[in-house]
Amino acid sequence: MHAVIQYVISIWVPLVCMLVIVGVLPLCTGYIVLMERKVMADMQARLGPMRVGPHGLLQPIADAVKLLLKEDIIPDEADKAIFWFAPLISVTAGMLAISPLAIGPWFQIADLNVGLLFVVGISALGIFGIVLGGWSSNSHYSLLGALRSAAQLVSYETAAGMAVVGALLLAGTLSTREIVAAQGDYGTWFIFAAPVGFFIYVVASIAETNRAPFDLPEAESELVAGYMTEYSGFRWALYFLAEYTNMVVVASIATTLFLGGWLRPFAGTRAFNFLDYFPSALMILVGAYCFYRAPKQPVKVQQLFMMGLGLAFFGVALILAAPLLAPKGSLVASAMPGLHGAFWFLLKVGSYIYLFMWLRFTFPRYRFDQLMRLGWQFLIPLSIVNVMGIGLALVLHRHWGWSHWTAFPLTTILTLLAAGYLGWAGEKKDKEHVFVGEQ
Amino acid sequence: MLDQIVFYFFATLAVLSAVLVVTRRNIVQSAIFLITALLATAGIFLQLHAEFLFIVQVILYAGGIMVLFVFVIMLINLDTSLHQAQYNRQWWLGLLLALVVGAHLILAVAVGRSVLPFPEPAPATMLEPSTQIVGKTLFGEYMLPFEVASILLLVAMIGAVVMAKKKV
Repeated sequence: MHAVIQYVISIWVPLVCMLVIVGVLPLCTGYIVLMERKVMADMQARLGPMRVGPHGLLQPIADAVKLLLKEDIIPDEADKAIFWFAPLISVTAGMLAISPLAIGPWFQIADLNVGLLFVVGISALGIFGIVLGGWSSNSHYSLLGALRSAAQLVSYETAAGMAVVGALLLAGTLSTREIVAAQGDYGTWFIFAAPVGFFIYVVASIAETNRAPFDLPEAESELVAGYMTEYSGFRWALYFLAEYTNMVVVASIATTLFLGGWLRPFAGTRAFNFLDYFPSALMILVGAYCFYRAPKQPVKVQQLFMMGLGLAFFGVALILAAPLLAPKGSLVASAMPGLHGAFWFLLKVGSYIYLFMWLRFTFPRYRFDQLMRLGWQFLIPLSIVNVMGIGLALVLHRHWGWSHWTAFPLTTILTLLAAGYLGWAGEKKDKEHVFVGEQ
Repeated sequence: MLDQIVFYFFATLAVLSAVLVVTRRNIVQSAIFLITALLATAGIFLQLHAEFLFIVQVILYAGGIMVLFVFVIMLINLDTSLHQAQYNRQWWLGLLLALVVGAHLILAVAVGRSVLPFPEPAPATMLEPSTQIVGKTLFGEYMLPFEVASILLLVAMIGAVVMAKKKV
């Protein structure tokens, strides 16, 4: 029995995971877009999409069908071949980067020895899609968008990379699985050991995914739509898919490195074992809310749809609760780490993306020189200081016998002091800066 | 068997795209084929179970250097380069040299095989993770060369900044 399970896990799980990712990811990105529109609408006191399905729940599917059927226009002067395959590069790079990520202890395509480097390196290749797409369109807006994108990515990749290095120092391995295991051994997530590193990663990852407030490559008030100005129909949709896939990728990296991956909060503490019931409780709550809203839908079909949705959530709650209620040692009970791990991982990824949305709707767009100054004069020096601080804390802990509780706060305070100095120096320089036309 | 198929696939890809890099007239297409050639080389590293080299090749060459290449190329006026002569008159000399070097390499391998037998490759499962080996060797055995190389790179970087900087 055990050998059979081992065989299934080694051969079939990666294949199934692959199919699931390729099949489900476009759907997920569609719903992330819907969520983004809903969050934006909420922040601006509107309702957002409400027409297709109850509360606009079928909007992503309608959008996808529309984009698939739309005419695909290729400009006459464009470099046809490059124009044709540039979006594919971005999508392929984004999807490939997901493969070594462990979504729960069971759901992983390949546990690579260089796992995290693979994710970072391959997702960076997606920039070629943007740059080549912008160049091949043979339009000024596209080219400018592509140039901005390349400059931005090169500048912020260094800071993101150094932030990752800081967390890797703590983990001592590149394999995503072992990074999460290391956080379990420490008894704390790395965000608490290296909060400055997490901050740097958040800022740099927003810049890398070209999102507001750093969305200069597609700043619509300056560049129409940046590198994808000339794109339409399905190829445009591919760029969108790539952008949101990249968001999922950076959120997954942050979750794995800083937020404890698939670990439950307080995973090692028995007193917090009641948190195991949280996934089911959350699902039941969402399901109950669906039933509560159902009678308020205007059309009979929509009422039925809401009820069906509520039932689906109850079903998920049941699946999540089953391993807890089943007798210990049974096959169902042994599914606990896989199911709950996936739940916690996805919850953290979702929260990270939600944070991205907040930032998008609350910050105004940066000017390009401000963006460059923030990257080169603040984030990169700070990330280097951060790596040195973590190194210092590890030396204090391992060779001098300090406890975690003194070593890490001390170096964090030192890093924060450095951040304060860098910010102050930058502010001073900013005042001396004379803009063109102001002389 | 599968190993060999993978190897020949990546090797053919690398050689073909390397040839296309120098024969294409359009610079951007050349750059794309250079990326393919570098990625194919990375694929060969992967086939040899050198995962760390594979990912460093992808990050540094394909992801870092080539992005800068493409960045600069996009600023160049392509129309002039399309009408320029692509080869100079000494192309036959270059071909001759390439052939000589190629013959030399083939000869070296053919002769060397009988004199110095290739060691049996270690089974892939027995290898230690290559990242750890690279790290330990760099920071243990080759500490001094590593530090010297870092200082050299630092000097080069500062030199580039100083030269590129506007006079204040």
